[in-house]
Amino acid sequence: MAASDAPNGDVLIRNAFGSVLAFLILLLIGVLAFSIRLFSVIKYESVIHEFDPYFNYRVTQFLTKNGIYDFWNWFDDRTWYPLGRVIGGTVYPGLTLTAGTLYWFLHSLNIPLSVETVCVFTAPIFSAFASWATYLLTKEIKGVGAGLTAAALLAMVPSYISRSVAGSYDNEAVAIFALIFTFYLYIKTLNTGSLFYATLNSLSYFYMVCSWGGYTFIINLIPMHVLLCIVTGRYSSRLYIAYAPLVILGTLLAALVPVVGFNAVMTSEHFASFLVFIIIHVVALVYYIKGILSPKMFKVALALVVSIGLAVCCAMVAVIIALVASSPTKGWSGRSLSLLDPTYASKYIPIIASVSEHQPPTWPSYFMDINVLAFLIPAGIIACFSPLSDASLFAVLYIVLSVYFSGVMVRLMLVLAPAACILSGIALSQAFDVFTRSIKFQLPSLSDHSHIDARDASSENVVLDDTIKTDKNEDTPKERMTKRSKKKEKEPVEKPPTKFQIKKRLSVLPFEASIIAVILLVLLVAFYVVHCVWAAAEAYSAPSIVLTSHSNDGLHVFDDFREAYAWLSHNTDVDDKVASWWDYGYQTTAMANRTVIVDNNTWNNTHIATVGTAMSSPEKAAWEIFHSLDVKYVLVVFGGLVGYPSDDINKFLWMVRIGGGVFPHIKEPDYLRDGQYRIDSMATPTMLNCLMYKLSYYRFVETDGKAFDRVRRTEIGKKYFKLTHFEEVFTTHHWMVRIYKLKPPKNRIRGKNKKSKSKTSSTTTSKRKGTRRNPF
Amino acid sequence: MLRFALTLLLFTLAFGVLSSSPVFSDLILAKVDRRIDLTSQIVRITTSLKVENAGSNPISEILLSFPENQAKHLAYLTATLNEGKGKGKASSGAGLPTEVVIPKDVPDSLTFYSLSLPKGLGKGESLLLDVLAVFTHALEPFPEKISQADIQLLLFQDTAHFLSPYKVMVQSLAVKLPEARVESYTKLEGTKLSGSELKYGPFHNIPPFSYLPIIIHFENNQPFAVAEELVREIEISHWGNVQVTEHYNLFHGGAKSKGEFSRLDYQARPYVRGASAFRRLVARLPPRAHSVYYRDEIGNISTSSLWGDSKKTELEIEPRYPLFGGWRTAFTIGYGLPLRDFLFESDGKRFLNFSFGSPINELVIDTLIVKVVLPEGSKDISASVPFPVKQWQETKFSHLDLVGRPVVVLEKNNVVPEHNEHFQVYYKFNSLSMLREPLMLIFGFFFLFVACIVYMHADLSISKSSASYLAKVQWEEVQATVQQIHNIISHCLTAHDKLEASLRDLSRTGDVQACKATRKSVDSLLKGVSKDLKPLVTFLQSSPQAAHILPKVEELIAKERDLQERLMAKHTTVVDCYEKKLGGREIENRIASNQQKITSLRQEVDDLMDFIDEI
Repeated sequence: MAASDAPNGDVLIRNAFGSVLAFLILLLIGVLAFSIRLFSVIKYESVIHEFDPYFNYRVTQFLTKNGIYDFWNWFDDRTWYPLGRVIGGTVYPGLTLTAGTLYWFLHSLNIPLSVETVCVFTAPIFSAFASWATYLLTKEIKGVGAGLTAAALLAMVPSYISRSVAGSYDNEAVAIFALIFTFYLYIKTLNTGSLFYATLNSLSYFYMVCSWGGYTFIINLIPMHVLLCIVTGRYSSRLYIAYAPLVILGTLLAALVPVVGFNAVMTSEHFASFLVFIIIHVVALVYYIKGILSPKMFKVALALVVSIGLAVCCAMVAVIIALVASSPTKGWSGRSLSLLDPTYASKYIPIIASVSEHQPPTWPSYFMDINVLAFLIPAGIIACFSPLSDASLFAVLYIVLSVYFSGVMVRLMLVLAPAACILSGIALSQAFDVFTRSIKFQLPSLSDHSHIDARDASSENVVLDDTIKTDKNEDTPKERMTKRSKKKEKEPVEKPPTKFQIKKRLSVLPFEASIIAVILLVLLVAFYVVHCVWAAAEAYSAPSIVLTSHSNDGLHVFDDFREAYAWLSHNTDVDDKVASWWDYGYQTTAMANRTVIVDNNTWNNTHIATVGTAMSSPEKAAWEIFHSLDVKYVLVVFGGLVGYPSDDINKFLWMVRIGGGVFPHIKEPDYLRDGQYRIDSMATPTMLNCLMYKLSYYRFVETDGKAFDRVRRTEIGKKYFKLTHFEEVFTTHHWMVRIYKLKPPKNRIRGKNKKSKSKTSSTTTSKRKGTRRNPF
Repeated sequence: MLRFALTLLLFTLAFGVLSSSPVFSDLILAKVDRRIDLTSQIVRITTSLKVENAGSNPISEILLSFPENQAKHLAYLTATLNEGKGKGKASSGAGLPTEVVIPKDVPDSLTFYSLSLPKGLGKGESLLLDVLAVFTHALEPFPEKISQADIQLLLFQDTAHFLSPYKVMVQSLAVKLPEARVESYTKLEGTKLSGSELKYGPFHNIPPFSYLPIIIHFENNQPFAVAEELVREIEISHWGNVQVTEHYNLFHGGAKSKGEFSRLDYQARPYVRGASAFRRLVARLPPRAHSVYYRDEIGNISTSSLWGDSKKTELEIEPRYPLFGGWRTAFTIGYGLPLRDFLFESDGKRFLNFSFGSPINELVIDTLIVKVVLPEGSKDISASVPFPVKQWQETKFSHLDLVGRPVVVLEKNNVVPEHNEHFQVYYKFNSLSMLREPLMLIFGFFFLFVACIVYMHADLSISKSSASYLAKVQWEEVQATVQQIHNIISHCLTAHDKLEASLRDLSRTGDVQACKATRKSVDSLLKGVSKDLKPLVTFLQSSPQAAHILPKVEELIAKERDLQERLMAKHTTVVDCYEKKLGGREIENRIASNQQKITSLRQEVDDLMDFIDEI
């Protein structure tokens, strides 16, 4: 035993060294994940980005100010005027509660960070967590080496960066962590069969439900995996423990979240899990009976049960189908339906289709968002099949499903990213494993042939170098093993046996090929890193409320949005209502603290259609609609002066479509000339007279004398006109936001009123009808 | 206009009555020169008085009176004795103490300030006094609402005669107006308008309480920046920094704008269409100010510029939008300053010497709150301010505080740039307290790591007899055993390698004896090894946990033994052959079949080793 003691200690130390190294690498990955997302803070400032994050920020402010109970009961009267919105019951609270907890924790330590700072840095912190969760998940699937590679890949995958840069305070920021962690706990339970992890899994699922509507992905993916395992004969008690508690506890917990509530058992998205829940019990029963009966008896019983069971199942299925079919959307929500049928949204719900992130992605966006991972995924899938385990089966299923979903909606590229990282991590790690091993086994033998006399010293040196090298590269258990055997081979003064190596060499690649392959792989990964850093720095870190442009005379900052919001918040009455297209609703409530008519939570299509109708109506009709809504200010975004392309004129067709969907007197063809959307002199008179056109181009011609619109690259159609029902009260420095005030109603003069009525009655009767349908 | 006229009328009536009342005291103002500066939104009235005591008793206080409409706008009043006989105007340093008094027999509409003279003024003596009175909000915009294109016109009203409880022998008044149009002014005898200066007087032998109203209506497009509230927070860190944070709540106090705001007009001709608006403010920060920031609640404001030299740092800030009359904005300026410039020590006490008002030029502040945050653990705190302020103490919790930092709060209404005097906050502070927070952090992390170490080494299972715990313990034992077996087998394999090597040596050197010696040593080694292996295998067989690895382990041992035997056989054959001096080809043939098996076995053993190692 004395002889085996020393190497034992050696192994222990090496193990400890390996785990410390892995820990250090993980720590660095966390730092990398956090710091690569700080480009936006460094290049711009520590500020909340885009649209939805502003809402989340506002909710977090409310939470930290008023506490959790007020938060659940919060009825927000500053939005969807005059309907209001029950925030506590319609928001996924995970993100808000996370940031709120973080805030309370920091303040209990007397670290006075502002709510904004906490919100800005929540996403980077959670992306560090997400990469650690990826490590754990991949480790469960394919070992430590693959885990570290996958974690490093995820830390900087552009797709995930796009949603989690500092300031992008959105649900996805924490949801991706929750998603990966839930999967990890599921696989962990599956591998260990421990009820402890099963319980943790349900809790993690609960957190995911709190955070994001995308939890339905989990509750459909896991049942599918379970079903696949059963079908391929991989049923085990571990599978049962992994699945059954998740469905029961998870559904109970999910129902606690107000926004989900009874949806957790009522909507079709969750049916798959219950169905599989039944199936797994049947299968468990069958295995149990199989265990206690003799094979012959079992066959008889099987025949009996199957015939009865089929009948019962048929009846059940019929009932369920009848129930589901009785609801118009078949019990699916619009967004989920558009997942199953990609053309659904554009056919029936323009409001979902109008959001750019609900569009299907283009091919370049795959390359942009996951870059070289797209090429590594197939290799990863192959690696998962050798050998196929429950866990690697899960990885394969995950990638296949997420590729499909990402093909339907750009937004779901985010779900694909972790899967792509996991599989690419596996692929890369296995490839490096093979190549470095083949290099290592051949290096000593090469030196053997050349320095046959001085082999004692030289070969050992080479081996030593080699072990050091691999220490730096990958730390897979296999390699550790080989290192270990190497060391032992070194103990005797005699040189390592060549025959052993020759045998090994049969299963490995040629030396030169593997060196070249390693170099190529390193180049590939380097290319990926360069791309990720570029994407993080240039493409995804713009906060979109501050725009910058570089020109010959330096940097230009376009801070018009905040200029307008600051003006609104300081110079209008607290209870004034501001109408704008729904994109700017969240920002207006958060930054200007004014009541808006519609916002980015597009829950009421009619209301949005009303605003859309007003924007596409002529001035007087629009004034009437706005007046009936108590609106005092109208805000439009106009990019024609500086060439800001995502302005209201470019979104205008959606307003027409959505408005026309509810109020039929707004017809899309009226705004198009020969099916083309144009604002120049060829535009239709309806277009040139609608409110949006007038508010955008009011006195625009006086800027350069020609009224050249730099976004549409054309001169506008109608240049000189006056506003009769609106007055300009504020326009920002670059004209990007223009705010108009509704003129007060004129004193009525009986005769005049009648005259104008009789004059316009013939032309506007249809429009009047339309506005009368307006519920307000 | 009508309202004005009415109030003026009332005043005249009131003072008309007053002027007939008896002389207040024996003092006579031999000469009064008043200069009114109307160039900015702040009205500054400088009065130089020549006071003579005509009575017999020495007098130690002088009364100054202000009508009510001025008194409520009075922000700052200082009087200095002028001993330099007019020339050089060397005023005698500190101002005279002033306080509000309410003498008898005077109308309520007058407010009196009494100046106490350092030494009584004897009979027939005279002295020169310089009085500076600063008023805010004393200029009224008229018309009250203007559109974007209009210029801002202001009304100023005062009395042409110096309002005083004393008789005035000779007096004159000069009004300095901004370099712009004067709409109208009250014309009296000898009124002269030359350039931007308006002159009244001289008047002779004016009785006490004489009030002769004048109204000046003039254009003024100076920025009317008024801070409704300004909170300045001065935080002292003994690590070498004074952090100043100023929260401004600003509005344009001039004529309110009405109707449209057209950016087009404003951009095309900013000084015509938008003359009354202001777009930038200049703040003079102390020298060596660093980390300056300028933001509001929705983020950084990008329109600012900073430059500085050794005497000052100048920060030019632009609000997010140009401020028209009545428009409001709010923002925050922050900067750090080196501690050594502001913190001094005297008689065991430290004191901060800092300026009171805002660094922004010509800013009127309605309410100024200055908070001085002292480091945690400061004691014996006292503040000294050169003018009366409201004062109290608070506690603020900041980074890692336990008891909080003491905060001295000073509040003052109606603050003008004249209040930018230095004030002092005295306190005692032990330098060792500085180390408290770093030590806290160090110990916090230390205990965290200790806790981690303890956790890693302690066995925290609740029940030591539970099935799962026992299973875990057993499994660990099994793992250890398997590891040992693995080690032993790899020893064997190295021994095999040694044998192979000796054979190769043999083929090179033909040294049979060396080869045999190796064989012997390997034999003994392998025997010992197989002895070691036995108890381990029996343990595995007895352990239920090892059931699923056992077959593999047994297979490994069997294979290894097989390999060993074959290798021995090969070795023997080869050595025999050498001893018999057979040819190389012959030896090859003899061991060929064995060799193949050895190769495949070795491969299998290696695979099994891999497998077991992964457990």
